[in-house]
Amino acid sequence: MNNSPVSEYAIQAKGLSKHFGDLKAIDNLDISVEKSRIYGFLGPNGCGKTTAIRMLTGLLTPTSGEIEVLGLRLPQEAEKLRLKIGYMTQRFSLYNDLTVKENLQFISKIYGITGTQQKKRIDELLSIYGLNHKQTQFAGSMSGGQRQRLALAAATLHKPELLFLDEPTSAVDPENRREFWEQLFDLCDQGTSVLVSTHYMDEAERCHKLAILEDGVKRADGTPAELMDNMAVHVIEIEASELRELKQQLIQLPEVITASQLGARLRVLIKNTVNDPIGFIALHSNIGKQALNLVRPSLEDVFVTCTGNSRQ
Amino acid sequence: MMLSLLRIQAIFFKELTQLKRDRMTFGMVIMIPLVQLMLFGYAINTNIRHIPVGVVDQSQSALSRVLVQTISATQVVKFEQQFQDIKTAEDALKRSEIRAILIIPPDVTKRVARHPSTGFGLPASSDEETSRPIAQWLVDGADTAIAATIKSLRNMPLSELVSVKPANRSTPTFEVTLYYNPEQRTAVNIVPGLIGIILTMTMIMFTSAAIVREREQGNMEMLITTPIRSIEIMLGKIIPYIFIGVVQVVIILGLGYLLFDVPVNGSLLSLLAITLLFIAASLTLGLVISTIAKNQLQSTQMTIFVLLPSILLSGFMFPYEGMPLAAQYIAEAFPATHFMRLIRGVVLKDLEFTDLTFDIYWLALFTIIGLAVASMRFKKTLG
Repeated sequence: MNNSPVSEYAIQAKGLSKHFGDLKAIDNLDISVEKSRIYGFLGPNGCGKTTAIRMLTGLLTPTSGEIEVLGLRLPQEAEKLRLKIGYMTQRFSLYNDLTVKENLQFISKIYGITGTQQKKRIDELLSIYGLNHKQTQFAGSMSGGQRQRLALAAATLHKPELLFLDEPTSAVDPENRREFWEQLFDLCDQGTSVLVSTHYMDEAERCHKLAILEDGVKRADGTPAELMDNMAVHVIEIEASELRELKQQLIQLPEVITASQLGARLRVLIKNTVNDPIGFIALHSNIGKQALNLVRPSLEDVFVTCTGNSRQ
Repeated sequence: MMLSLLRIQAIFFKELTQLKRDRMTFGMVIMIPLVQLMLFGYAINTNIRHIPVGVVDQSQSALSRVLVQTISATQVVKFEQQFQDIKTAEDALKRSEIRAILIIPPDVTKRVARHPSTGFGLPASSDEETSRPIAQWLVDGADTAIAATIKSLRNMPLSELVSVKPANRSTPTFEVTLYYNPEQRTAVNIVPGLIGIILTMTMIMFTSAAIVREREQGNMEMLITTPIRSIEIMLGKIIPYIFIGVVQVVIILGLGYLLFDVPVNGSLLSLLAITLLFIAASLTLGLVISTIAKNQLQSTQMTIFVLLPSILLSGFMFPYEGMPLAAQYIAEAFPATHFMRLIRGVVLKDLEFTDLTFDIYWLALFTIIGLAVASMRFKKTLG
């Protein structure tokens, strides 16, 4: 084990802030991303995920705060960092009117990879990401999933130590999303550190560690299990009829954080200051205890609790 | 830090590949000079001929008919209508059916006889009372070019009219010798100027759109995370258009020579030197626009905003010297004005580019400043 903090973390940021006029896009953010791990930014649209990533890649100069990425101080050493990181943008940003192969050749040249080395690396990527048969297809005519695989291939072409992915799966179906995450874990296994932003719970749950962001502020961070275990709430599921009415009734209680309907069930989050949540619900409604179940909190519950004030 | 040739080359080949696939743009590269050369070469003519006019003949004499024929023979005007009275003739003028009216007075025969140039009335009448014009033109003066042409008929000799040797044939005050374009063919002046117009148009528009498109389609977001530098992106993007510019010049001068007999008197080296310089200046102007415009619509609007004064003030159609001083200063700012002098100098007057140092320096300075401004602004947009 190496105890030096320089080699242990891929990213360390302290007191990171970015203000655009009066708007605090990111406010006093502290994060530490360990090497060879997948770190997630979970948050609604507009919470500052992209701004945070842009500062951590050196594209944006923070208003205040310290950043060290792969042992380089930002934004001073941003140019040096470029060769060591890969960045997959939210929107597909390769050329639609170039073929898969032409796109990869272009990126290779930008990173100074030429000749047989280039050919070998591109062949390798085409087979890893299942694009062998698509080599001569225009990027613009491919499906969302294929385009996203191409984007990942391009972002990892120069074998970066650290990979930034900004909402990588927003245009992809669940099947392709699962496959994509398998590929991320493969990269992680080979020693690549990954920082990914998302607004999907199932994706966030796959991360080794994650930070929940809202309005530019970090509301919570830790492993998904820690976040769920440390939640200061009980989660009760109610099976009953006339759930809409029941929801309106329960939501009035100060102990109830939120209630949301899932088909024939109502999922109610209750503050853990209440000792007997099942008894509490039974008391405040005319529903029998046999219809009430205490269940394990999900990441969505964590998210709703952390960001609860502004979301119903 | 050194520029990476590999990265510039990567952008260059990517740009060529994209251009090759964009059939419309590729077609325009060839069609713009081709069509505009034919159009302007044949259509623009500053020697105005066959202006439609009408006549009100109040004398109805043999002489008046001969007068109309004589004027027709100059080909400056074409008599299209006869009117009984001035009122109906003026209505036709208002409706633009005709551009001028010739009014021949009832006493035209007497007037011709007493006119000093015919020499009938001896001694030739010379005082104001007796020396009167023989007829009157009412002209649609809205178009100054047409008005000037009709005005030129004022001193038409009357000797042919009466087929006698004039007693006192007037000797011209000045002898005029026309250099560089002795036959006074408009195409000789238009075709080299057209190079400036077409290069301004295509070079500014293509480069401004090329970079804005990259930003609009999100490619720039990816590029800025790579080690490529902004100056490398810009160089890689403009080099293909330098070749395109040269191709367009070859098309214009080649066809100009074949179709309109426009000579290329100067050396090809001078021609290449000034053309490359002007292309570079126009491309950097396009780059500056691309760093300001947020989308392709804006870049097109800005291009037109620059293009119109470039064309109209450059001296392409209207002589630079005829413009007020303020307009001349503005015209000096546009590369097209300088190129117009350079290209006409080299193509028509056999000047070497070393003879035209002021315009050469100016274009070079414009390019350097443009490139610096574009680089600086381009970097800002990343942050």
